[in-house]
Order: sequence, then structure tokens, then C-alpha cells
Amino acid sequence: MGEEEGLHQTQLLDTMFVRGLKRKCFDGEEDIEGTLAGFKAIPSYNLQRQSLLDMSLVKLQLCHMLVEPNLCRSVLIANTVRQIQEEMTQDGTWQMINTQSAGQTSLDRLVSTDILCRSSKEQAEGKLVPVYSTFTKDCEGTQSQDNSEIMSTVTSPQAPRNLQSNMWEMENPQENRGNFQKSLDQIFETLENKSPNTVEDLFSEVDNSYYDLDTVLTGMMSNTKMGHCDVLETFPSQTTANSNSNCKSDLNELDHIVEILVES
Amino acid sequence: MKCFSRYLPYIFRPPNTILSCSCHTEADIISTVEFNHTGELLATGDKGGRVVIFQREQESKNQPHRRGEYNVYSTFQSHEPEFDYLKSLEIEEKINKIRWLPQQNAAYFLLSTNDKTVKLWKVSERDKRPEGYNLKDEDGRLRDPSMITMLRVPVLRPMDLMVEATPRRVFANAHTYHINSISVNSDYETYMSADDLRINLWNFEITNQSFNIVDIKPANMEELTEVITAAEFHPHHCNTFVYSSSKGTIRLCDMRASALCDRHSKFFEEPEDPSNRSFFSEIISSISDVKFSHSGRYIMTRDYLTVKVWDLNMENRPIETYQVHDYLRSKLCSLYENDCIFDKFECVWNGSDSVIMTGSYNNFFRMFDRNTKRDVTLEASRENSKPRAILKPRKVCVGGKRRKDEISVDSLDFSKKILHTAWHPSENIIAVAATNNLYIFQDKVN
Repeated sequence: MGEEEGLHQTQLLDTMFVRGLKRKCFDGEEDIEGTLAGFKAIPSYNLQRQSLLDMSLVKLQLCHMLVEPNLCRSVLIANTVRQIQEEMTQDGTWQMINTQSAGQTSLDRLVSTDILCRSSKEQAEGKLVPVYSTFTKDCEGTQSQDNSEIMSTVTSPQAPRNLQSNMWEMENPQENRGNFQKSLDQIFETLENKSPNTVEDLFSEVDNSYYDLDTVLTGMMSNTKMGHCDVLETFPSQTTANSNSNCKSDLNELDHIVEILVES
Repeated sequence: MKCFSRYLPYIFRPPNTILSCSCHTEADIISTVEFNHTGELLATGDKGGRVVIFQREQESKNQPHRRGEYNVYSTFQSHEPEFDYLKSLEIEEKINKIRWLPQQNAAYFLLSTNDKTVKLWKVSERDKRPEGYNLKDEDGRLRDPSMITMLRVPVLRPMDLMVEATPRRVFANAHTYHINSISVNSDYETYMSADDLRINLWNFEITNQSFNIVDIKPANMEELTEVITAAEFHPHHCNTFVYSSSKGTIRLCDMRASALCDRHSKFFEEPEDPSNRSFFSEIISSISDVKFSHSGRYIMTRDYLTVKVWDLNMENRPIETYQVHDYLRSKLCSLYENDCIFDKFECVWNGSDSVIMTGSYNNFFRMFDRNTKRDVTLEASRENSKPRAILKPRKVCVGGKRRKDEISVDSLDFSKKILHTAWHPSENIIAVAATNNLYIFQDKVN
């Protein structure tokens, strides 16, 4: 989407989203005609809402990799996403979106579903969640210590299973995130050169229900959905009941899919 | 408005900035401004972790027009960038807040904080130095003992004034999330630091321990829907403090009630206006700053579009609401897209609690007189700030015919935002931070 079009679209979104406000005359009337000409018709409320949802999800995705993302901003965006989802569920438009996304093959759609793969909460906490939900007492006050010291604290016998899975996550969260981003970039490059048909083939084996927005947003992805693809079954699956770990493992498995697909 | 009818604006910039408006380093962006308790000193912190302190010139009969000018007094590097190896993330050195301690001796003390670490700095003057040591010469080199034939007593001789800043305490490793506020208690022995989910109470003398007094972190982080946005101690009651949230609520807590103040004593929230409801309602209700009045009777909160004054005795709604830039209400989606909707504006009281001030976009800032109910929009810009010039009120036109001198909403520059302002504790002197420039305006009613 060109920058200009994007700008016009958000101007329209502005007028759509403020309920109860009369539409005011812009300074230059030719602006209105220009935007209308660009769109042929004012997008429906549903389309606007969908656009806001997409924008919000992209925002959650685009956290600065170097510095910790702003938690307040992430929480507010996540709440907005949840609000939209609730309204869409009440409207009944939620199911419609799901069936549509399954059949999409355009490049843009692929990009957006990749982004949707990550749970909104995971994005909100910027991968801190698995570490801190279990480590609260251990990690606070030990930030200045080496990783090796943390490892030795973690392997204490008190809560072996949870801590162990979290230790695994802690070893790799940033690497995986970096790899995921790198692989994502590589995918974009590769896909740009290929025809849509090839792209469809690449992803045909992956279970589309994995990209179910509903499950992504509620963060309750279960391992059974992942079992469809052979590639994924080669991975040790995380068996903890902690849904945070589930999201984490799914992301790592996605990472692996992406790596394999890119190499092929 | 009676005050600020005439102005003597000055422009100060932290040292090492490039003067032209179009290019400045990001490290020079001012991130906090604070007067000390007498107004003699003004501290600024920037994104590069530096603190610059200005001092007001003494009155001088020889140069009466220079009375009250602020000049650079001290500059020091408060925080350095750090790397959190555990999370593989950088910790920014940006100074989020500076708070002064009341002066108790010749030295000045202030607290400065970045996202993770609070530091207590001592700023002191040295204008004498000892001379005439026996064992070493003036350069500090050791003298040959066999050459020493007599003893002398070192004497203190005057030297050029030197202002030195030394870190006296470092309060680290107590915050998992980003610190957004610090507040010195009226007992002058303790202070609190607040991050997104927790508030800790410190004693100035003890750096390896702090008490957690508020914790709103849910057991399951997926259930997180609200964060702490600001916190402050009551100016007189050392047991009372308030904190605000991203859902537009304020909680007043009493530390005598329990060690962990998770249950509030008072809960301030305004019921939502159903006619204004939109997807952005929650975001614009998020409180970016909370400040007690000097009297301690009221609190002021800033959310995206308004400033509200609350009476501590009435929890169900504010007693006053002031529209800062309501013309942005129809632009919320664009502001959401470019992230401006998440900008955190601060707000300040004047010394007598009769006027409140807050910033806006396009380098505009607004003042509201609580008694006369009049308000004014002013601009902090180089063009309007010749010395001894009067600051002209500005007006934003909302549509229809634009009068001369008015600026239309669509022409506003959203990259020029005034987030941080400060008001002298007793006089009509204000400090306004506009990106990397600091403006100090005085009211000279002669």
C-alpha cells in the first residue's frame, strides 16, 4: 500500500471511528474528492474495523528488537485487539474472517498470517513472559549475574519440570527471535521471486488451523494442532500445561518450519 | 489572563547540542525537567543520560535586567547505557525522572532514574583548596623526604568555583519493568520508585533492600490488562500516596493499613461517557501523569485529551476537566497509527495551585486558570522568543474559515511535542522542554 493511500485510509478511518461526530469539511474540498476517487466507495465499518485490527497486530509485532518494548503501549494495543475481537465475535463476523483466510494465497495475506501466528500476549511481553512468570523471585535482583550463575540457580530440585522447560526457553528466546526475524526476511526475499502457485505449494502442508486468529489471540494453542505436519513431529514437544510454554514451543516449531522451507 | 501578560523568554540549550533546529542528536532530547524546592536550581535530564543543572543568578544592582537568568551550573553523566545479558536487551540511559531532595546543608541532592536504576547525586561547590602540603608539591608529586627541612601547616586558598557531582547511592536491581516515576516522601527519609507493575519503597541510606508496597502483576501474565503509569507521595502525609493506571483510574493508598498496599483506600474513576465511546476510548483514558497540588487537597491527572482536577474527598468524578486539544478527537485513528496516541504528557501546578499547565503538539503548551476559568495556548519556538518579547496566544482552528494567525489542525507538527514542563515553586517562571531545547519564560510585571 502506498504511503499516500495509507494516509487517506486512516483519514477515513478517523471519521468512521468517532461515533456521533458530524463529518466536518476539510480545508480543501478537493481532498475529499481525491480520497473518494481513490477508493471508489467509503469502506464499510467492518472493513475499517478489520483494518484497525490488522494495524494493531502489526504494531504488536513491530517491537524494537534492541530495547525492551514499552509494556504500557503493548497492553493498550492488546486490549484494543481484544475489544475488536469481542465485537467481531458478537457480530458473527469472526467466523467469516476465518474461512476467508484459509483460502488466501496472495503474498500480502501470507505476510499477515505469519504475523498473526504469534499470540498477542507473547508480543505484548516481548518474550519476557515465560521467564518471569516462573522466575519472579529468582530473577529479580540477579540481573547483573552471568547466565551461567542463573543456570545453576535454576537447576535446583524444587520445581524441576517447569524450571527446566523455562530454562530451555531462556537459553534460546532471543536467538530464536533473531532467527525467526532473519528467516522471515529470507522468506520475504524468496517469495518475492516466486509465483503465487509455488508459494501455495510451499505452505500447503501446513495446517491452516494453526493460523486460526481466535486461538492465537486467546493464547491457547494446543499441541494437537501442530501434529499435522511431519516436520513438526520431529521436535520434542513441550508437555507442560503452562500455556505460555505452548506458545513458546509453537513459535520455535514455526521457526524450524521457516528454516527448512527457506533452505529448500 | 493576568499573569504572563508580558514575558521575558530565554532560550537555553544543554551544552553540545547543534543549534539549528533541523539537525540535533537524539541524545540531546530532554526527557525530564524539575525545579528544586526553592526554585534556585533547575535540572534537566536527557535521552543520553546526562543531567544539566541551571542556577538562577543572584540579583545585582549593576545589571538589574539580568535578575533571575538561569545559567548552567553543573553537567554530569548520570546514567550509562547498559546491556541486560539475561534478556539480550539494551537498557536505555535516558533519564526518565529527576526529583530534588530538600536542601539540608550546603550541598544539593537529587534523585535521577532511568528504566532500571535510581541514583542519588550530590552536587556541591568547591571554592577553596588546600595548599602547602609537606610531603607532596603543588603538582601532587611526592617530594624527596631528605629535601624537607621544615614543617608547615597547609592553608586553604580560594580557587575558581568548581561544582562537582558525585553519585552517593545507587539503587539497582529492584525493578523488572521500566521505572516511570520516583517520588520523595515528606519524611525525607524514604522515597518510592514505580514501574509498570510494581512500586517499591526505599530508604535513602539502604541500597541493597527495598520494600515492595504495590504489586499488580497477575499470576498469569496473559491476564494483564492494566499497568501503573505514574505514582506520587502526598506532599504532607508521609503515609499516603497515589498511583494512576492505564485504564484511567487513580488509587490512593495508606501505608499504615498494610505492608502491601494492593488494596486501595480510595479509588478515583470517572464513569465513561457512552456517547464518546470508540475503540480508542481506553487508550485516551490512560493517565500519563498524576500530581498532588501543593496544598495536598487535590490531585491533577493528565490523559491524552484532557487534564482533570480531583478532590481527594470525592472519588466518583473529577471536580474540574479541561480540554487540552479536543480537536484531536476526530484524528485518533491517525494518531494511533503514528503512535502519537501513546505520548505521555506531564502536567504541573503553579505555586499557589491556581493555574495548571500542560503541553501539546506543534510546540504548544496550555495554561488553565482554575479561578477565572480562562485558558491560553502558547508556543515555545525560536521565532516567537526574542528576549523581552511578549508571547502571543495561539489558536488552533477546527475547520471552516481559518482566520489569520490561526493554525489549522492538519498543519500541526506532531513531531514537535511538549511532554515536559516545570513551574517555579513560588514565582511565575516556567521551564518548557521542546525536544532538545529548553525554554525558560518569566513573567515580569513591573
